[in-house]
Amino acid sequence: MPSLSTKVGLWTRHRMLRRLVGRVAGVVGVLFAVSTLTFLAAHLMPGDPALTILGGAGSHPTRVELLAIDRQYGFDKSLVVQYVTFTGHLLLGNLGTSYILKERVSTIIAQQMGPTFVLTIVSLVLSWVLAVGGTLLTARRNRYTSAFGSGAEIFVAGLPQYWLGIILMVVFAFRLRWFPVEGGTGVAGLVLPALTLAIPLAGFIGQVTRDEFSSVMEQPFVLSARTRGMGDTGVRVRHALRHSILPGITLSGWALGSLFSTAVIVEAVFARQGLGQVLVNAVSQRDIPVVIGVTLLVAVVYVVANLLVDLVYLVADPRLRSAG
Amino acid sequence: MSQDNKNRPLLEIEDLRVRFGDPVTGREVVAGISLSVAAGECLGIVGESGSGKSVTARTLVGLTGRHAHVSAKRLTFNGENLLGLSDRKWRDIRGREIGFVLQDALVSLDQLRPVGREVAEPLRLHGWGNRALREERVIDLLGQVGVPEPAMRARQRPYELSGGLRQRALIASAIALDPKLVIADEPTTALDVTVQAQVLDLLEVLKQRGDALILISHDLAVVSRLADRVAVMKDGIVVEQGPTSKVLRDPRHDYTRSLLAAVPSSHPRGTRLLLRDPTTPRTKIARPAQTALPHGERILTVEHLTKRYRGPDGITRTVVDDVSLHLDAGETLGIVGESGSGKTTTARMILALTQPDEGRILLRGEEWSSLPERDRRSRRPLVSVIYQDPLSSFDPRWSVGQVVDDALSREHYASADSRRRRVRELLGEVGLGIEHLDRRPLQLSGGQRQRVAIARALAPEPAVVVCDEPVAALDVSIQAQVLDLLCDLQDQLGVSYLFISHDLGVIQHISDRVAVMKDGRVVEQGEASAVFASPRHDYTRRLLSSLPTPSFERVEVQTTSVERELAVGSLRR
Amino acid sequence: MVTSLTEALVVGPGIETHVRRRRRLSFRLGVWLSALLVVFVTVAAVDPSLLASGAPDTINLGHSFIAPSWSHLLGTDPSGRDVYTRVIYGARQSLVIGLLATLIAMVIAIILGVTAGLGGRWVDALINRFLEVLFAFPGLLLAFLFVAIFGTGVVTEVVAVAVGSAPGYARMIRGQVLAVKGSGYVEAAYALGHAPRRVISRQIVPNAMRPLVVLATMGVGQSIVWASSLSFLGLGVAPPSPEWGAMLDAGRDYTLQAWWLEIFPGLAIVLCTLAVTSLGRYFQQKLDGGIGA
Repeated sequence: MPSLSTKVGLWTRHRMLRRLVGRVAGVVGVLFAVSTLTFLAAHLMPGDPALTILGGAGSHPTRVELLAIDRQYGFDKSLVVQYVTFTGHLLLGNLGTSYILKERVSTIIAQQMGPTFVLTIVSLVLSWVLAVGGTLLTARRNRYTSAFGSGAEIFVAGLPQYWLGIILMVVFAFRLRWFPVEGGTGVAGLVLPALTLAIPLAGFIGQVTRDEFSSVMEQPFVLSARTRGMGDTGVRVRHALRHSILPGITLSGWALGSLFSTAVIVEAVFARQGLGQVLVNAVSQRDIPVVIGVTLLVAVVYVVANLLVDLVYLVADPRLRSAG
Repeated sequence: MSQDNKNRPLLEIEDLRVRFGDPVTGREVVAGISLSVAAGECLGIVGESGSGKSVTARTLVGLTGRHAHVSAKRLTFNGENLLGLSDRKWRDIRGREIGFVLQDALVSLDQLRPVGREVAEPLRLHGWGNRALREERVIDLLGQVGVPEPAMRARQRPYELSGGLRQRALIASAIALDPKLVIADEPTTALDVTVQAQVLDLLEVLKQRGDALILISHDLAVVSRLADRVAVMKDGIVVEQGPTSKVLRDPRHDYTRSLLAAVPSSHPRGTRLLLRDPTTPRTKIARPAQTALPHGERILTVEHLTKRYRGPDGITRTVVDDVSLHLDAGETLGIVGESGSGKTTTARMILALTQPDEGRILLRGEEWSSLPERDRRSRRPLVSVIYQDPLSSFDPRWSVGQVVDDALSREHYASADSRRRRVRELLGEVGLGIEHLDRRPLQLSGGQRQRVAIARALAPEPAVVVCDEPVAALDVSIQAQVLDLLCDLQDQLGVSYLFISHDLGVIQHISDRVAVMKDGRVVEQGEASAVFASPRHDYTRRLLSSLPTPSFERVEVQTTSVERELAVGSLRR
Repeated sequence: MVTSLTEALVVGPGIETHVRRRRRLSFRLGVWLSALLVVFVTVAAVDPSLLASGAPDTINLGHSFIAPSWSHLLGTDPSGRDVYTRVIYGARQSLVIGLLATLIAMVIAIILGVTAGLGGRWVDALINRFLEVLFAFPGLLLAFLFVAIFGTGVVTEVVAVAVGSAPGYARMIRGQVLAVKGSGYVEAAYALGHAPRRVISRQIVPNAMRPLVVLATMGVGQSIVWASSLSFLGLGVAPPSPEWGAMLDAGRDYTLQAWWLEIFPGLAIVLCTLAVTSLGRYFQQKLDGGIGA
């Protein structure tokens, strides 16, 4: 018997490895497709990029100038050649040059990436703390507490970040003067933007966590634990909590990607440095290489985050380790 | 006080009442019951769903919930008043003084934690020993309840264990602190008969060790096997209570009598299970002439049927292995087997919902399983099905009338008017009235839903109805009604049944012929009376001996299981 | 086999239904308020002059930056325009953008989702891969990309929001179709001898589309928020227009002096979204709880 079970164990591990390899291959495939799609979208767009580079329609460039730009950026080549060049450069980490800032896109992104990363990670952690705390404290308590908890989650999840940001800013920065109004590189400057991102997300995660928590608390094994003499807090923390965070974990990969793109709004509200400012400017000025660069970065973050989430899920839910 | 307590029962309940919701107007689920249990005694509580037996059990550990109001003239355990105990006191009693075993250990154990930690939980909660000592104790306990390789099992999670081992682990956690009283609420309900017998043996050992035991079940037979005394509950009251043999041999209350009568195994084929006729009058409708079947025609021939599946682990398993069966007009073939025996897969192949890998099925002598779906479709009305869970087989948007109408042949019933009439006829045949026509199946009771399923199965005027565990989810008395109905309909219409069940009693009651399946093979097949009277195959014999029947004399359980001897030995140590 | 489990469910829910019934009562109040609000916003969208007497773009420099008062319920903006009037007049644009975006998203999603669910293994795998790629542009990113390529403006804003939210709906619809396809009642229909075409049109499609009402209702709320986010960033409707997001964008520079310029248009979005969402939830509960059960 033991030999059989070790075999099964090895077997399971082997299958997990295979699954992991499969997932990584899938990730690479998705990223390739994403880059192709962005390339195609960007090059099928109406309008002449050379015009944008020379300062837009208002700048009235000469034909010679336009042709020179076409040659310099390779716009005169066929789409296939451009695509091959683009993909080749991409593999080497070269995202091209900004039309407007005339700087390498990778340099721009590298410079602005730090604050955005910090902001999103802090927000994700913060929203988990808020969601789990809220669930443990208010789910399946008396009628009013529970209703307040779930009501607050629904309300908060629907809040647009820009508005929440403004409210927080008006109240805590202007009136109470607890935090700096704009910018602020230190921890104090991070609090309000992070809260702005975290609160609506906490509402989302909180809803799924609470739903699961409530149904887990109805499960027979919770009753089992109580019949052994376990108290309410024990049941909540030791049994129900682990089950109830599982759906939220699946959500976290999506959440991180979504935080990355909503960070754009928050950075605009708080006039924070970061990728958001870069992206908004690039979108409004149609600085396509920068848009492509930031988009690809977010896609990478999203896809990698989801891969990590799958791994975390395997740790959190051992059932998946043996199941197909 | 200790002198006084010696002669008193361990647990005394007098006029216990439990009400949900409002303390005055709320629903009274337990309406004044009195019970007592002495040390070393086993009390059985029997009742159907909604009888209040589980609520009673939970009241004894103070877990009726926030919205329940409990009152009693007396509720004492071991001389201590249980009424109005503080939460802290209750927690002290639970697990230490009173152990509790729930049904279906798969959901009663935390799936995310190793079994060993679940078993150790009462030890940890009540401050027993240190971590290392507890680990030792867990392995010891698992060994005691007959879990082989306890050290390895303790590290596994509930879903990695078989149902029987899980239930044993659950029992181990309930007895970890040697409680004076163990309450087992349907401890064997989800288990196969042979495993059920093993778990009952284990509980028997606990009882012999001197623990008091309250065994709660819907199944009189299970209770009668262990209990010294039985209390029969209905609608929140104990209708009858007394020594087991007396209650079973000489039931005083009508309800007990009807319960006993409803147990199908004690009544051979052809007898009705209900003492009284159901209240709804049934209209008798003759089968339309064009489809009348000559009695004795061969309806279904199954030859060397084999089906293999590739599991998620890449291993190919033969789920159905060389099965040959036949079914004649107007007869019932019962297929009995435990979970994983391949009976449902066989049924699906007969329904042509799954393609066999080898072998073939003939329907009235013509090709059936080998036909392409397009050619088979016109003959599908000949084969109907009734599922265990009828609700999921009804379109949630449809009313009862629409469900039955959908199954009618558009050729025979072309006009809306004729269809409406036929639907009413069919509902009448299964004992449902016009008032059910526009209801949604969701609003009906389990028994009524199964009646709708029967009406739908009969609507296309089939030659054979495949019944896949049609009564498994029903209470005994409802089960009896449905079985009686199926028999009546067969008498009227001459339809054949292929009746699949895990329940030997049900199979014995309803079948003309029986096929016993194990691991995908038919191990024994023949006339029902012959198979049950003198089983030839070992497995059939084992099944029959595991079957708990309401025994009038409580005889010692005969088991050849070595495990049991081992378990008895280690527990008596 | 589940006799006692069902009993546990009978006893458990006995407790639960009681609680739930009470909750439903207090919930109804929220539903009524939401319905009222939706009616109000709809009226504002159809004929704003019924709710506001002035015009949204009457500039009155003498009345700039007036704090909320009886004469100007929600204050005035730097040009002296009445914020209340502008919020009322903004309803039409915001609502139309939200509805249109949801409608377009739903059409795309239904086509993709139903084709994937019914189209067999290869079609399903193809569409699924495609959706997976689109999912790599999370949240508003797909919308940003769309605006970057086609430029700013109302039309691109609507399409951008639709394109951004369609993949999520498509996946849900596909899942729904697959779930219904594998359900007991579809199998029962096949076992009765019904042809696939009949089962698809009578069982699979209607049942798979059942949750769409809820999805669409909640989707309108999300679309309004997304569209106003784009406007707020200056990537959608341009500021002189009274669209709510654009109003927020215009008021950004005056947050310190005139908080009402930011609070009230934002509040309009929040309340509108909340009302629509809670109506959606109410429908969902009705669906889940069976019809009139």
